[in-house]
Amino acid sequence: MAGPGGDMQWCFSQVKGAIDDDVAEADIISTVEFNHTGELLATGDKGGRVVIFQQEIENKNQPQFRSEYNVYSTFQSHEPEFDYLKSLEIEEKINKIRWLPQKNAAQFLLSTNDKTIKLWKISERDKRPEGYNLKEDDGRYKDPNSITSLQVPVLIPMDLMVEASPRRVFANAHTYHINSVSVNSDNETYLSADDLRINLWHLEITDRSFNIVDIKPANMEELTEVITAAEFHPHQCNTFVYSSSKGTIRLCDMRASALCDKHSKLFEEPENPSNRSFFSEIISSISDVKFSHNGRYMMTRDYLSVKIWDLNMENRPVETYQVHEYLRSKLCSLYENDCIFDKFECCWNGNDSVVMTGSYNNFFRMFDRGHRRDITLEASRENSKPMQVLKPRKVCTGGKRKKDEISVDSLDFNKKILHTAWHPQDNIIAVATTNNLYIFQDKVN
Amino acid sequence: MEVNIEAKRILAVSISKLYASRTQRGGLRLHRSLLLSLVMRSARDIYHASRECEAPSEAQSAPEEPMDTGSSPEEASRQPEPQLATSGAETCSDSEEPASDAEEYDCEIAEDKENLSPARQSRKRRGKASAAPDFLPSKRARLEPGEERHAAPLGSCRAGAGDSLTTLSLNRVIPAF
Repeated sequence: MAGPGGDMQWCFSQVKGAIDDDVAEADIISTVEFNHTGELLATGDKGGRVVIFQQEIENKNQPQFRSEYNVYSTFQSHEPEFDYLKSLEIEEKINKIRWLPQKNAAQFLLSTNDKTIKLWKISERDKRPEGYNLKEDDGRYKDPNSITSLQVPVLIPMDLMVEASPRRVFANAHTYHINSVSVNSDNETYLSADDLRINLWHLEITDRSFNIVDIKPANMEELTEVITAAEFHPHQCNTFVYSSSKGTIRLCDMRASALCDKHSKLFEEPENPSNRSFFSEIISSISDVKFSHNGRYMMTRDYLSVKIWDLNMENRPVETYQVHEYLRSKLCSLYENDCIFDKFECCWNGNDSVVMTGSYNNFFRMFDRGHRRDITLEASRENSKPMQVLKPRKVCTGGKRKKDEISVDSLDFNKKILHTAWHPQDNIIAVATTNNLYIFQDKVN
Repeated sequence: MEVNIEAKRILAVSISKLYASRTQRGGLRLHRSLLLSLVMRSARDIYHASRECEAPSEAQSAPEEPMDTGSSPEEASRQPEPQLATSGAETCSDSEEPASDAEEYDCEIAEDKENLSPARQSRKRRGKASAAPDFLPSKRARLEPGEERHAAPLGSCRAGAGDSLTTLSLNRVIPAF
């Protein structure tokens, strides 16, 4: 059957992670990100580890190629720390990973926990030197008296080794919890955002950062909103946006002033008064904001919907997609079980024609902007035969439940898909369930 | 009234969530605390609004009730909250907290309500409407044998730049940072 984007048919490709139903907390995936070519796929988890997968393509020249992502590098990015002054533990959970565009043979990424951002260099080593003058091949030092001639060491091939090393540590700049990092298109600076402040860094300089947004009120009792996400414009190095817990997005121009507290644009949709409830404020809080690749639009995710905004129109979004409207009547239960605080992310496909976001019961949703179609798919071990086509799922909202539909009350709210990523060029997606990473591919790529 | 019951339940759930977040790894999350306080405020407003509708004849409770419509709406919250705080705090593993929490609330109420002198050691029940809401336990902390209840001097209990969640008024959740 035809899905979004015309004839897209999503098939299972791979699943990474333990099959065990008993999930270790450290294995919970907290972020997923493709690099700029899509060749590398990075995941971060609650245990502070980063795992990078590399794409290996079979039969690249044929129209229907199958690509596989295999483990390329694994390293411990962050460790738990203790803030002695505040008697607080700092979690090692990786909140965000962002790749830098590749400049040389090595790959670089920024990974962050609640307080510290680190720049990691991932490099390959496939040769090693042999024939040292002062050392044997096994490392022991030679007896100097036995050396009678000089030789030039040669590089000989060895098994590929991938090394990750921390090149920069950007610490002590955030009082509150970091929720976003975003690399500027100038490839020299990046921003980091916490609940109340946004800082601008230079990738080479770790002991200094510029504060560019500060929404902390003089009296904390007057606090009404916090920053929930921030991102640089993909092409305009002076422009960035940040979203708030009140459902607004502010676009700022760094040319206007050093401190961008005054926004250049404010994107806000008036609330529908008929939807007012105890939980209106919570569900209008924006959990993610992403610019489109072409830089003309941005997408925001709040608890129940995805909205697409035209950067030239501030008073309302140009498109709104309901992710799981059937949950609106369940907000009280979702408040009690904490699900209402879940922060779902969203992503664009390579040509900005389709957007994707996660939901509960390991469902994820895609919205085809051009064809006005949407589809619900499920990431589950039951549908994990190689190249098995995913069947569209449907949630029954009331009345008679049709065959193959699932009723709202049967949804498993512990199985949530918060993090998804789309390959920048191809129709390959990475979908993270609690502790597994699913990779799906369009059948006709 | 259904809305009233709903509001009560949401208030109770919110308070327990706030307390649970104190022991969460990584410290208090500002965003979550803010959202919780917003929900609590809505629930509290609706709860009080519906109680006012229910008990319009309780005119003698005037000294305390007008706080609801006063310039600082959060004062009204201090009445139900101390009981919640005390009961919640008693379940905390930290055994020193309950007594100090209760005293802090006592003195804050003493400061903010013009009619009550700070030296007052017991609060007379002024009527049904101002009595503790029935879902909340007794407001006074248990005293150890030999302990006396003191009236704290004015102004000494402000948490200021306090960095632990000892006060629970809605607006004070945030300054806990």
